[in-house]
Amino acid sequence: MEYFLQLVLAGLTKGSIYALIALGYTMVYGVFKLINFAHGEIYMIGAFTALIVGGALQITTDLAPSMIFLISLVAAIFFSAAHGATMERIAYRPLRQAPRLTALISAIGMSLILQNYVRLAQTSDFLPFHSMIPDIPWLTPGVSPITTTQLTIVVTTVVVMISLTLFIKFTKMGKAMRAAAQDRIMAQLVGIDMNRVATYTFVIGSVTAAIGGVLIANHMGQINFYIGFLAGIKAFVAAVLGGIGSIPGAVLGSFVLGMAESFGAGYISSAYEDAFAFIILIIVLIFKPSGLLGRNEVEKV
Amino acid sequence: MRKIALIFTLILVGTALFANGADDGETIKIAVVGVHSGNLASYGIPTVKAAELVVADWNAKGGVLGRQIELIVEDDVCKAEIAANSAALVVGKGAVAVIGHTCSGATKSALGIYKEAGIPAISPSATNPPLTQSGDYPNFFRTIAPDDAQALTVSSFIVDQLGLKSVAVLHDRQDYGKGFADFTVSYLEKQGAEVVLYEGITEGAVDYSAVLNKVAKSDAQVLVYGGYHPEASKLVQQMNRMGLDIPFVSDDGVKDNTFVEVAGKDSEGVYASGPMDTTDNPMNQEAAEKHRSEFGEEPGAYFPNAYAATIALLTAIENANSTEGQAIMDALRANYVDTPFGNITFDEKGDTTGMGYSIYQVQNGEYVEL
Repeated sequence: MEYFLQLVLAGLTKGSIYALIALGYTMVYGVFKLINFAHGEIYMIGAFTALIVGGALQITTDLAPSMIFLISLVAAIFFSAAHGATMERIAYRPLRQAPRLTALISAIGMSLILQNYVRLAQTSDFLPFHSMIPDIPWLTPGVSPITTTQLTIVVTTVVVMISLTLFIKFTKMGKAMRAAAQDRIMAQLVGIDMNRVATYTFVIGSVTAAIGGVLIANHMGQINFYIGFLAGIKAFVAAVLGGIGSIPGAVLGSFVLGMAESFGAGYISSAYEDAFAFIILIIVLIFKPSGLLGRNEVEKV
Repeated sequence: MRKIALIFTLILVGTALFANGADDGETIKIAVVGVHSGNLASYGIPTVKAAELVVADWNAKGGVLGRQIELIVEDDVCKAEIAANSAALVVGKGAVAVIGHTCSGATKSALGIYKEAGIPAISPSATNPPLTQSGDYPNFFRTIAPDDAQALTVSSFIVDQLGLKSVAVLHDRQDYGKGFADFTVSYLEKQGAEVVLYEGITEGAVDYSAVLNKVAKSDAQVLVYGGYHPEASKLVQQMNRMGLDIPFVSDDGVKDNTFVEVAGKDSEGVYASGPMDTTDNPMNQEAAEKHRSEFGEEPGAYFPNAYAATIALLTAIENANSTEGQAIMDALRANYVDTPFGNITFDEKGDTTGMGYSIYQVQNGEYVEL
C-alpha cells in the first residue's frame, strides 16, 4: 500500500511537470489551431535564464535563497515571454492566412533555431542547476513521502490551471480568445484585434512555460539545450490525450500520462515507460478521437 | 576530350611511378588504420600521432632490424564495409602488421582479411569482448581492456570489497550501458551475489522516482547503473532526496568530472570504475610531453594505448628478428615490454595482461582511485 502511494506521488509529480508545459501547447492550439513546436524551447530558455540570473545573483549579492529564486523566476518569465511574443511576430503572424501546414513547418524551424541559438550562445554540455527552492522544514528528505520541490510543482500546476481557466472565462481578453477560437473571421468583424489576441496568447503560453522550466530544472538538477525537445514531446502527447485546445484537458491528460508511466514503471518495467504512455494515447484516441475532454468538432459540410 | 584523356594518363603514370617508388622493399611497412574523419575522428587521430611519434623515435635510432619503418595511414570512417576495403588496401601495399582499427565493428570486419594475409593487428581501442574471447582471430591483439573487464572489476568490488550480496542493476538501454549491465549481472551471479532488480530506464525522462521506489522496495543493498553521467546525476540526486541511502556504483561513462560538477554534493561517495590511472608512469609522461612539443596540444583519446601498441609491435618485430606474421605474433605473446601502462605482455587470446580497471570514488568533489 505504501509502495502504491509512492507511485501515485511519483505519477502526480510527473503529471504536473508535463502539465506545466502542456498548458502552453493547448492554449496556442485552442486559439490558433497551431501546434507550436517551439514551445519546449521557450521552456528551456526559461530554465537557462533562471540559471544565469540566479547564478549571477548568488555570486554578486547576499540575498536570501528565496529572494534569489523569486527574482530569477521573474526574469525567466519576462525573458521567455519576450521570446514568445517575438516568435509569434516573426514566425507565425506573417503565415496566419497561409495553410496550417506552413505554420507548422515554421514552428519546427523556430524550434531548431532556438535550440541551436542556446547551444551556440551557452554550451552543449549539461549544466548543474542547484535547487533554489528552500526546503520546507516539515518535509524531511527520506521521511516524508514528498519533497519540497515536488510539492511546489504540484501546487503550482493547480494554481496555474485555475488562474488560466478564470482568465479565459472572465476577463475581456479571455473572452476575445474564446471568440477567436470559435470563429476567427466573425471575431474580427465584431472588432476583436487578432494581433493583440495572438500576442497575449503567446505571452501567456510562454509565461507558463517559463514557470515550468524553472521548477522542473530545480527538480531535475541539470539542464542543457535539448531538454525542451524531450519534455515538449511528452507534454504534447499529454495535451493531445486530454483534448488539445482544452485547458483542464491538458492537465487531466498530463496526470493520466504521468500515472500511466509511474505505474507502468513501478509494476511492470521502466524500460517500457514510453510505450505505456503511447499505448494509453492510442487507446484513448481510438474511442475518443478528440481526446478526453476535447470538444467534438462537427465537420462542416 | 583529348586533353582530359591526357591528364588522366599523366595522373595514372604519376601514381604508378609513385607507387613503385614506395614499394622498394627497403622499409618495413606498418599500417595505421582507424577513423580519421567524421564525428568519431577524435578517437582515431591520436592513434596516428602516437604511431608517428614512436616510429620517428625508432627511425632516429636506426629503425628495426636495420631497416627504416614506414607508416601507411588509412581511414575506415569507423564503418565495417569501408574497413574491409582499407584492410585489403594496406595488405596490398605490403604492410607487415597493423595498428588498428579504432572501432570494434570495423575491426571485426577487417580481421578476416588480416588473418588470411597472416599479419597481426593490434587495436588501441576496440573493446568488444568476443574479438579476443571467441578465438576466431588468433592474429588479433589489443592494448585496452575489453568491455567486460570493467564489469568484472565492478562485481568483484561489490562482492569482495563492499561485501554486499543483494544488487539492483539499472541501465540506459543503450549499447554501452546495457552491455556493461549485462556483463555485471553475469559476473555478480557467478560470484554468488543476487540480482534483485534488473531494469532499463528511459533516457532524458524528467523524473525517476517510480523506478527508484522500485529499487527501494527490492531491498537491494547497492545500486549498479550502466550508462552515462546525465542520467546518473539525476538518479543520485533523486535517491538522496528520497532518502534511498545505498551505495551507487557505475561505469566509465560516469567516471567523468562533468558528473561531479552536475550532481554537486549528491555525487559524494559515488563509486565508478575507470581505466587504471597511469598518469604517474614516467613513460606515459614522456609520451605526453613529446606530443605537446610536437603537436602543441594535449594528447587525445587512446593515445597511450596506441603508443603502447606501437612499441609492443616494433619490439616484437625486433625480438622475432623477422617480419613474418606468425613470428611477430609469437614474439608478442612471449615477451614483456615497457609501455606507458607499465610492463605488459599479451595472453593467448590477445588481451593485454597487467592492464585494466580500478574503482574510483567521489571524495570531496573529485574522483579518487581506491
